[in-house]
Amino acid sequence: MEHYLNLAVKAIFIENMALAFFLGMCSFLAVSKKVETAIGLGFAVVVVQTITVPVNNLVFHNLLKPGALAWVSPGLADYDLSFLGFLTYIGTIAAAVQIVEMTLDRHVPKLYTTLGIFLPLIAVNCAILGGSLFMVERSYTFTESVVYGVGSGTGWALAIIGLASIRERMRYSNVPEGLRGLGITFIITGLMAIGFMAFAGIQL
Amino acid sequence: MPQRNYATYTIAFSAAVCVVCAVFVAGAAVTLRDRQTANAELDRKKNVLRAAGAMGETEVLAAGEVERRFASFQGVAIDLRTGQEDPSFDITGYDMRRAGGDPATSRVAPGNPAQITRVPNHAVVYRQVDAEGRLQLLVLPIQGAGLWSTMYGFLALGPDLKTVRGLTFYQHGETPGLGGEVDNPRWKALWPGREVFDEEGRPAIEVIRGDAGPPEADPHRVDGLAGATITSRGVGAMLQFWLGEYGFGPYLDQLKKEGANGRTA
Amino acid sequence: MAAPRDALIDPLFNNNPIALQVLGICSALAVTTKMETSVVMAVAVVFVIAFSNLFVSTIRSMIPGSVRIIVQLTIIASLVIVVDQFLKAYLFDVSRQLSVFVGLIITNCIVMGRAEAFAMQNPPGISFVDGVGNGLGYGLILLVVGAFRETLGSGTFFGRPVVALASEGGWYTPNGLMVLAPSAFFLIGLLVWALRTWKPSQVEKAEA
Repeated sequence: MEHYLNLAVKAIFIENMALAFFLGMCSFLAVSKKVETAIGLGFAVVVVQTITVPVNNLVFHNLLKPGALAWVSPGLADYDLSFLGFLTYIGTIAAAVQIVEMTLDRHVPKLYTTLGIFLPLIAVNCAILGGSLFMVERSYTFTESVVYGVGSGTGWALAIIGLASIRERMRYSNVPEGLRGLGITFIITGLMAIGFMAFAGIQL
Repeated sequence: MPQRNYATYTIAFSAAVCVVCAVFVAGAAVTLRDRQTANAELDRKKNVLRAAGAMGETEVLAAGEVERRFASFQGVAIDLRTGQEDPSFDITGYDMRRAGGDPATSRVAPGNPAQITRVPNHAVVYRQVDAEGRLQLLVLPIQGAGLWSTMYGFLALGPDLKTVRGLTFYQHGETPGLGGEVDNPRWKALWPGREVFDEEGRPAIEVIRGDAGPPEADPHRVDGLAGATITSRGVGAMLQFWLGEYGFGPYLDQLKKEGANGRTA
Repeated sequence: MAAPRDALIDPLFNNNPIALQVLGICSALAVTTKMETSVVMAVAVVFVIAFSNLFVSTIRSMIPGSVRIIVQLTIIASLVIVVDQFLKAYLFDVSRQLSVFVGLIITNCIVMGRAEAFAMQNPPGISFVDGVGNGLGYGLILLVVGAFRETLGSGTFFGRPVVALASEGGWYTPNGLMVLAPSAFFLIGLLVWALRTWKPSQVEKAEA
């Protein structure tokens, strides 16, 4: 139990996808204007991440890694399909995103329209692919993958909601014209990232 | 389009795209595979040479020259469980890292500061012997957690199996300028001459905060990297692990016994 | 429909993928510590965007709506795998340094973004040019940030020393912040400021 708790805390704070590894930046910067939309996107990311990391785990262990195909037929035990990793993980991610997209369109159309192009762009959100790649690199088990999926998604969501809150406050500040919007957001994110570096190296 | 035709079309189209892409990808992978394996092999040999001090850090050598210098090195498979050489084990293309991830070819390691969860059953070490067959240099593969990544490197020991000849990390993802300074020649130069075992033969090398003296005065301590505490600790931790009983400890004990009995390595 | 020259030049300053479209940020942060990696990454990205735009545009009328994203991604991922294999075979050392980030070109939002926003609605020829243009716009930012980060952070340019480092007995102590990722954020922020001061049309309207 403690091991999973450790893993979750690590994924949310210490190895925050957005602020420690700088993954998923595009949507992170573009959708953080309003807290409401940020919460919506953050939630979508958590859902997609929770689905894709465990599923990709199953795909890797049962189809791709060297010797994985032995369950199909002993003759296939020599095959190493890990070079297809990128393609298959992206495949699962794209499928998961398409499902989330259709669900949102049917049940929460307001969020669907507000997110616009950034909803399909979750499929290419490097944080999602990154999550699966880290899972493979660290050889997580299935349960660990579930915990890691929820944790890393939550960490990213936390970061974007944090940024959105700051940006909403920035509206009352006197930002130079050229820095307004994108420019100042970059600088704020840089500062948040430095702040999160304080977590680096903490081990529970 | 009628419902059923559309579904069929979608499936057929997707299948066609998959086939075309797969052909391209597999084609590239297959035609380039030999070159890639050759590159990876050459790279590994270069790393062993660098750890052994037979090749400069920034030196650029042609493949032929690398082969020539590597000729005096011999790769030997060690069964880490027993500490014995395993001549029957096929070392070509053996990837210690991958073996460590597979329960069939590895075992669980006890909790350790280097965060190594599984130890592979076999490791390939490199020995350089002189004309009489006496051991000149032993290069051991090591790995362990840094701050951001797992660090992979080689530790080179002299014939007394105690004195460090070199320590190189050929792969890591540490912060450039901080933990990444493990690659800095000036830091690497702090290692030759240190001793990894103490008088009782226990692993006794540490990376410390603050200054360490020269190797003669301070054989068991190395100055850590400024601003890179976690990386430095990681280096120390992994050395302790691999020199210990779950790493190369048993093998080194074996070699020392053989040396003491007057048998050549 | 855009003229080829515009498609090529626009993304450099008027519609820069990083500075205006807010796409392709992740890799811009990680690989710009050195010029060498920045250049290889830029070239790889130009190649991938151009050809993915070309292929997506060629089959745009045939793609069923329900699998649109997956098909685009399959094409992009295949191109990236080919680039990755090529790098491992011919530029091994550089590929080692780029490591995961070559794979992450798949998720580089510029590629997907242009496929959705341009290639799906335009013929192959102009899509290819648009791909090259956006790749170059991305590459431009990468090279500028990389130049700052390498010279200020390590005192080198393409690996060759350009200032006398303090550790070698010179006067320059490398700026450690420049090697950390947040510095790329600051630099891009400042670049955006400079760009928008030059082209005020890009300045965002103040929110009410």
